Amino acid sequence: MEFLRGLSKDISGCGLSGVIHRKGELIPGEIIIKSICCQEERGNGLGAGFAAYGIYPDLADYYALHVMADHRKALEDVEELLAHRTYITHEEPIPTRRTPGIEDPPLFKRYFVKPKYEGEARELCADTEDEDDYMVSLVMEINTKIDGAYVISSGKNMGAFKGVGFPHQIAEFFRIEEYKAYIWTAHNRFPTNTPGWWGGAHPFTILDWSIVHNGEISSYGTNRRYLEMFGYHCTLLTDTEVVAYLLDLLIRRHRLPVEVACLALAPPFWEEIDRMPEEERELCTAVRAVYGGAMLNGPFAILFAYNGGLVGLNDRVKLRPLVAAEKGDLVYMASEEAAIRAICPDPDRVWAPKAGEPVIVELEPGVIPNQRSYLRGQGKRTEASVCRYPG
Amino acid sequence: MATEIDAKDIHYRDLNRLLRAKIEEGEREFLLRNINGQRYIAAGVSEKVRLEIYGTPGLDLGAFMRGPEIIVHGNTQDGTGNTMDEGKIVVHGMAGDVLGYAMRGGKIHVYSDVGYRVGIHMKAYMDKVPVIVIGGKAGDFLGEYMAGGIIILLGMFSRYPERPIAGIYLGTGMHGGTIYVRGQVSETQLGLGLKPHKLTEEDEALLRKHLSEYCEDFNLDLEEIMKEPFIKIEPYTHRPYGKLYAY
Amino acid sequence: MGEKKTTKKKKVPQWASFFPDFIIERDPEKCINCRICVKECSYGAHIWNAKKKELSEDHTKCVGCHRCEAMCPTRAIVIRRNPSEFREHAVWTPWFIKNVYKQADQGGVLLTSTGCAVPFRNYFDHLVLDACQVTNPPIDPLREPMELRTYLGPKPDALEVEIKDGRFRLKEPLPRQIKLEVPIMFAAMSYGAISLHVHQGLARAARDLGTLYNTGEGGLHASLYEYGSNTIVQCASGRFGLHVDYLNAGVAIEIKIGQGAKPGIGGHLPGEKVTEEISKTRMIPVGADAISPAPHHDIYSIEDLRGLIFALKEATEYKKLVFVKIAAVHNVAAIASGIVRAGADVVVIDGLKGGTGAAPTMFRDYIGIPIELAVAAVDQRLREEGIRNRASLVASGGIRSSADVIKLIALGADAVYIGTPALIACGCTMCQHCFTGKCPWGIATNNPELIKRLPPEVAYEKIYNLVHGWAHEMKEMLGAMGLNSIESLRANRDKLRAVGLTETEMKILGVKHAGE
Repeated sequence: MEFLRGLSKDISGCGLSGVIHRKGELIPGEIIIKSICCQEERGNGLGAGFAAYGIYPDLADYYALHVMADHRKALEDVEELLAHRTYITHEEPIPTRRTPGIEDPPLFKRYFVKPKYEGEARELCADTEDEDDYMVSLVMEINTKIDGAYVISSGKNMGAFKGVGFPHQIAEFFRIEEYKAYIWTAHNRFPTNTPGWWGGAHPFTILDWSIVHNGEISSYGTNRRYLEMFGYHCTLLTDTEVVAYLLDLLIRRHRLPVEVACLALAPPFWEEIDRMPEEERELCTAVRAVYGGAMLNGPFAILFAYNGGLVGLNDRVKLRPLVAAEKGDLVYMASEEAAIRAICPDPDRVWAPKAGEPVIVELEPGVIPNQRSYLRGQGKRTEASVCRYPG
Repeated sequence: MATEIDAKDIHYRDLNRLLRAKIEEGEREFLLRNINGQRYIAAGVSEKVRLEIYGTPGLDLGAFMRGPEIIVHGNTQDGTGNTMDEGKIVVHGMAGDVLGYAMRGGKIHVYSDVGYRVGIHMKAYMDKVPVIVIGGKAGDFLGEYMAGGIIILLGMFSRYPERPIAGIYLGTGMHGGTIYVRGQVSETQLGLGLKPHKLTEEDEALLRKHLSEYCEDFNLDLEEIMKEPFIKIEPYTHRPYGKLYAY
Repeated sequence: MGEKKTTKKKKVPQWASFFPDFIIERDPEKCINCRICVKECSYGAHIWNAKKKELSEDHTKCVGCHRCEAMCPTRAIVIRRNPSEFREHAVWTPWFIKNVYKQADQGGVLLTSTGCAVPFRNYFDHLVLDACQVTNPPIDPLREPMELRTYLGPKPDALEVEIKDGRFRLKEPLPRQIKLEVPIMFAAMSYGAISLHVHQGLARAARDLGTLYNTGEGGLHASLYEYGSNTIVQCASGRFGLHVDYLNAGVAIEIKIGQGAKPGIGGHLPGEKVTEEISKTRMIPVGADAISPAPHHDIYSIEDLRGLIFALKEATEYKKLVFVKIAAVHNVAAIASGIVRAGADVVVIDGLKGGTGAAPTMFRDYIGIPIELAVAAVDQRLREEGIRNRASLVASGGIRSSADVIKLIALGADAVYIGTPALIACGCTMCQHCFTGKCPWGIATNNPELIKRLPPEVAYEKIYNLVHGWAHEMKEMLGAMGLNSIESLRANRDKLRAVGLTETEMKILGVKHAGE
């Protein structure tokens, strides 16, 4: 039934891991593989994935479209659309290898593109922020209109690799150990109601936003209908997809500081808000009243990343685990402390973030191309439940 | 002489199988090294054995256990002491969320901070009175649904100087047992209907008894701990929801 | 139509009186002739023969309110449906036969009260809710926070935040909002239609529950100005008791365009109900009919609605939210969109099943569409047009339980109005004779003797208890769905499944069938 498209969602419980180098130095893929594989127990072999930032330095100014296709025809349709709507500077199959246990994988190809504007729009829009909106609509168009084709990631100098399998299988399949990145996130999935579908694995992405998630978003229906008002369409049958779009909407389009966006996703309780000083209360009340449709309800721990930062966030009553640690310029976040200790046995500091309080780690300014910074507050000084790392 | 096991890269199922086999053989003392993330260590073990663990044990350490003494040199993850019956867990670091869930006997001593929902639904029956002592700070919902037993929160050895000693919804839905807190908590932190009370002499004696053992475990000075007054939180009724229904 | 030539003969038989709806059974063994029944029955169905010293009954006058039965100290009275039966006929049921008799006897428009009594499909009863099992935990509202707080009012699509003294601050304050601690408000029921005591009870309950009550179109009694921050004043076509102090008395002004029980027509408070106190409040002479025209005669089109909205906003210096209430009719989605664009802060949709103190039976039963479908259509339409944030959506009409409230919110409403449940909480037995003004329970009357039967404090307590219980049930249902805040249920149609609905119905409601 067409009208119910996107109404289904899959439910899952999972393991997460992420790491960032604050000076933008590259971290080899084996590190993240080791960490996520330590949490093998948290998955059931029905989904795993990785997001990597800084992997296409030579093509860093182009949007890297990772496209998954069920069949050749779908790829051809995507290529036809891309030819009309973008300049493709480079395209190639995503390197994979035969992996035991992974049967009948879909096709994967990557395209490095720039929007192709028509007529006057070219002068107005080229090299502006509008390019991002252009790419969002292009991704929505491919996902909703081209049968059997899905854009797995669409940011610059980053990419997502995901599929059905255990983390070590997916890592082997996509040759993750051959990449180096300044931010890595990884996911091990335990879906309870899986379509056994590659598109349903994490991370979910839009532009350079990527998200891995543990838990179930009980407010999915509300979030999905809220996003539809702003032109986002959920096509990947998994609740986590909404988080990627919410981040794009709140932070990139509405220009909310990342701290305030996290406040909208996991706000304090009214009881706490009522006890805040007036201006603080006004802000929190407004955020809850205006962004009620964006609030994520239900148990969750998420890690999200962008070209410039890694953020960990828990639901407001902390029903899913999240641990953070630092060692020198490296900051780690994972579902279990053991996953961090597997790759960093002796961290300088380990801590458990509070419910609803984001751990935000941005790269030092100017260390990567096209670096984005969404951290516009001094953090911690607000008494709302937002706090910035480092404290 | 303790039996030493290097647990590096050993799956929890193999580790527990090994432990049980050794216990069967009569071994009573174990030293586990390189533990990292193995779940369910000593789960359901009923013998009075002693385990010293180096590393970060995984979820549900000592779940359902009836008797063992576990000493962890490191932090524990979520679900430590889940529904434990007897025995003792000593953590020389921090503990995660849901520590001591539905614990019905034994003791858990944590040197530093604990996560959310610690001591949730602890219960006491006849001579079984579970005890949790926390040297650091606790997250929200400490002692939620508590039906019996004792939680002692010191707030002294915390890694979070910026956080309050306990989170919100402290003791929410509590209908048995006692929570002792060193220092003060604001009434807004407490669950509905709860109030902080002053300690009686019996409370003082009880605290001293439990805290001396805690001090021995971590080599601490009892008098230093007792310098600051404690408050106590108790349920205001054993039937908080008697008037809930309409028939 | 020509004038009727009245029959000169003295006695014209009254068919309707031959077949009363109810019969009064009095157990002579138990009856002690205390005559309380005679005093209690405001319709005169119990008769005391002083000479014979015995009680008798006029069954034709019994409306089935059960007051005598409830008050009889020896429980000697039972009110029953008249067991006398007509020959069975699937089309010509006694209801239609008797209606024809009534009209043949009296030549008038059939009048009734309450909401639609035709058993159209009740969508509430074909929708079931979800609950968590394993994959996410249900939440226990007794011990964990569970939030029903709701803000009504226009919201911007995005907020702007700035940094002041190192802290995040709002750049612009939020447009005016009304805070509800529970998203259940009391629907417009005018002083006149219901007693002052019920109004006082509603006002107090609204205050203590942290919600709002609505004055209806009968003005605001002097004793109720103190509840201003929990009051919505209504501006209906009759503009009774409407002056600038009244407009400023509450936190919102509701323009009543229509009502679910009688879309397309106005109101009529008969002169006999216009007592001294009502006359003062409505500002019309004692005993004069209070007639509300069908339309507002300053609104003949949507741009005129905008005119009235802004006239009210100017008059109250933009301090009040303006609600616009319409009956759910065929084209409700487009109309609601127009209302939002006309500048309303809150759109109220009152469905087919909505109640009334008096409505022509044909209107009550056959005009308008069910609220469940209307809310679903309006919410969807406003979203498609990208204007859902610009106004809040309030639904009413036919809500009977907290589950109905939950379902309307899941379909897309921000809050609901309840009327009938509040009156039933006060003791109403749904006899459907509010229009007579003789309510023996002291609810839908202003007879000074009858209103004593329901003191304001009793009305307050019963109404408060009802909403308190519903609020708790709503928290339990939210918790079971794994949500700890009502905004995560709003428009979350994933939480609903249909049982036994057609594809078309499910499409309009935006829900899947159970099992899908």
